[in-house]
Formats: sequence, structure tokens, C-alpha cells
Amino acid sequence: MARALINVPKTARRGEIVEIRAMIAHPMETGYRMGTNGANIPRDIIRRFACAYDGEEVFSADLFPAVSANPFIAFTLVATASGTITFAWTDDSGETQTASADITVS
Amino acid sequence: MRALWGLAGIAAVIGCSIVAAVGLENGEKRSGFDFMTPETQALQADDTSNPGMLWVLQGEQLWQQPEDSANIACAGCHGDAAQTMRGVAARYPAFDEATRRPIDLAGRINSCRGVKQQAEPMAPDSDELLALTTYVAHQSRGMPITPAADSRLEPFRDKGRRLFQSRIGQLDLSCAACHDDNWGRRLGGSVIPQAHPNGYPLYRLEWQGVGSLQRRLRNCMIGVRAEPFAFGAPEFVDLELYLMERARGLPMETPAVRP
Repeated sequence: MARALINVPKTARRGEIVEIRAMIAHPMETGYRMGTNGANIPRDIIRRFACAYDGEEVFSADLFPAVSANPFIAFTLVATASGTITFAWTDDSGETQTASADITVS
Repeated sequence: MRALWGLAGIAAVIGCSIVAAVGLENGEKRSGFDFMTPETQALQADDTSNPGMLWVLQGEQLWQQPEDSANIACAGCHGDAAQTMRGVAARYPAFDEATRRPIDLAGRINSCRGVKQQAEPMAPDSDELLALTTYVAHQSRGMPITPAADSRLEPFRDKGRRLFQSRIGQLDLSCAACHDDNWGRRLGGSVIPQAHPNGYPLYRLEWQGVGSLQRRLRNCMIGVRAEPFAFGAPEFVDLELYLMERARGLPMETPAVRP
């Protein structure tokens, strides 16, 4: 279960521009830091964030080591139809964490 | 040589002003929130952008999750945290009958875990303990700090006051030297706040995560080049007792965001 906070308006009018916010708990370890005894802390970041609206990808972003821990991403969508908005965060090890929310368009 | 005397003069003036000042006047208590930039304030004010809410979310899951050995969750005894835990963080630390000492919120969660859930205690400042503490303290958000009226706490609170006023470390500074006498002024680029513990555990941008009051106090001790107390040291609980009394009346902000 992803520790993620997503904010999608529950209802919207057709054609309305809605703001979507997504934040996930992640260390975003850069790989440039040293731990105890000078040992390198291996890189562990989210590489890609993607948002799909009813199965179709509508927004995506590539993330890099300069992005802070617990990345927060906000963007806008045009509400076209009622459906599910899904979010996916893929990290360095190839694992994907997901979350989803429903929107009702009238 | 003349320059040296000038420096000595400045040092003497600063020294006098530190000695002369006494604590905080009642009307001038201000949360660390007031000293932040509008951007950081906005980050804290909106729950959908406050990263501390990630720990609240995790804490809510842990609250419901039974522990293997006794197969009982926090919710099994305490029920709905929104009702049973409301106001708890605003009056802690409380007196613990078992150890005859004050105990802080994280300490209480860990001792409850050991006795009632028969589980291993969680490491100090571990993500799980922070999440549970944040979740419990979050239930008191907006409530004024009202320390427990328990006379058995008094000697420990006095100890905390003395710790707050004692000079420590190579820089020979006390907590009071900055946070009572020079709050609102700048130390390097940062504003010195009044050091109120009303938002802990809080999300510190510098930490990129949620941390406890003890972690913050250790930071300050290292900053004045003193040997910090270990996590869970009784001195920290004494100090927290005094800090809560000093912050009496300020609203709780957990999870706060601080630079």
C-alpha cells in the first residue's frame, strides 16, 4: 500500500479544468551522499510519475536526483467524463506504487 | 589592540542584555509558524500539501493494525482516536506511575506497546513510532496547550527550567540565551523563534522528513557544540515539561512544517 496523498475533486462539470495533487512518501536518496564510515548510500529515487484518466495516460513526469524527498506534483486536467484517475510512481528498482481516485462529471 | 577592546565592549553589552532579560511575557508568545515565510506557512496550512500528513496517514494504519503477540491493535482498547486521543498531546508529558517519572507521548506509546500489545518497543525516532505519535498528536490540532496539573511533575519541571537556563557546550550558550532573550532576531540567515514545542512531531524541510522534539533538541545541542543527551534521556522529558509550560495556551499544530 502506497503512502500517498492524492487530491482529486469528487465532482466536476463537463469541460471544467480541475487541479490534481499527488504526494508520495519516498526518501528520494540521491546516491551522492555518504553514510557511516564513508560508505556510499545507494541511489533510490522515483524515476517516473504517470497519471491515467480512464486508462489513458494524460500526464507524466520524469524525476531526477535533485527532486526533494516526498515529491509533490500538482497539475490540471479537463474533466471530460466520469471515471477513475490512477496514479503510478515507478522507482529505481522498477517497482511501481499506485493509487487511484474517482471523479464524477455531470 | 583597539579593535580587541571594541570587541570586548560589544561582548560585554551583549552579556548584560542576556543577564537582564527574564523569560517570555504572556502577551508575546508566538508560535514558530509566525516566523516562517508565507510559502512555508501555506505548505503547513493546506492538508493536501503538508507532507506531515503522510505520517498521519501511516499512523492511522498502524493504529488499526493488530500486533502479532497479543493480537490487539491500539484501536482495540482506545477505539476511535478522534475521540479518545483528542487533547492528549496538549497535556503531555504526564506522570507515569510505573517509573515514578514524567513520560512523553512517544514514551507512553512505546510502554503501552510493551505492556498491552506484548510487542518489541519501536526504536526512538523510527518512522513507525513517529507516525503513531504524529497521528495521536494530530487529534489535538487547534487545541491550546494545557499542561497537566499534577504536583508530582513540579520537581521535574524545575529541573527542565534549570536545563533551559544552563549554559552548555563550547559556545557556552543556554536555550534561554537565544530563545528567551534574542527571539525575533537573526542567527546567520535564520530568524530565531521562541522554541515552542506546539507542532511536534513536525516535518522539517531540512530533514526532508518528520522528526521528534528530541531530535530537534539534539540538533540545538550539537549546534552549541555540547554533547547531546541520548534519545529517550530523562533530561529531554524534563525539558519538554518546562517547554510545554512555557508554551501554555498556544494551539497545537501537529503536523507542523518548519524550515
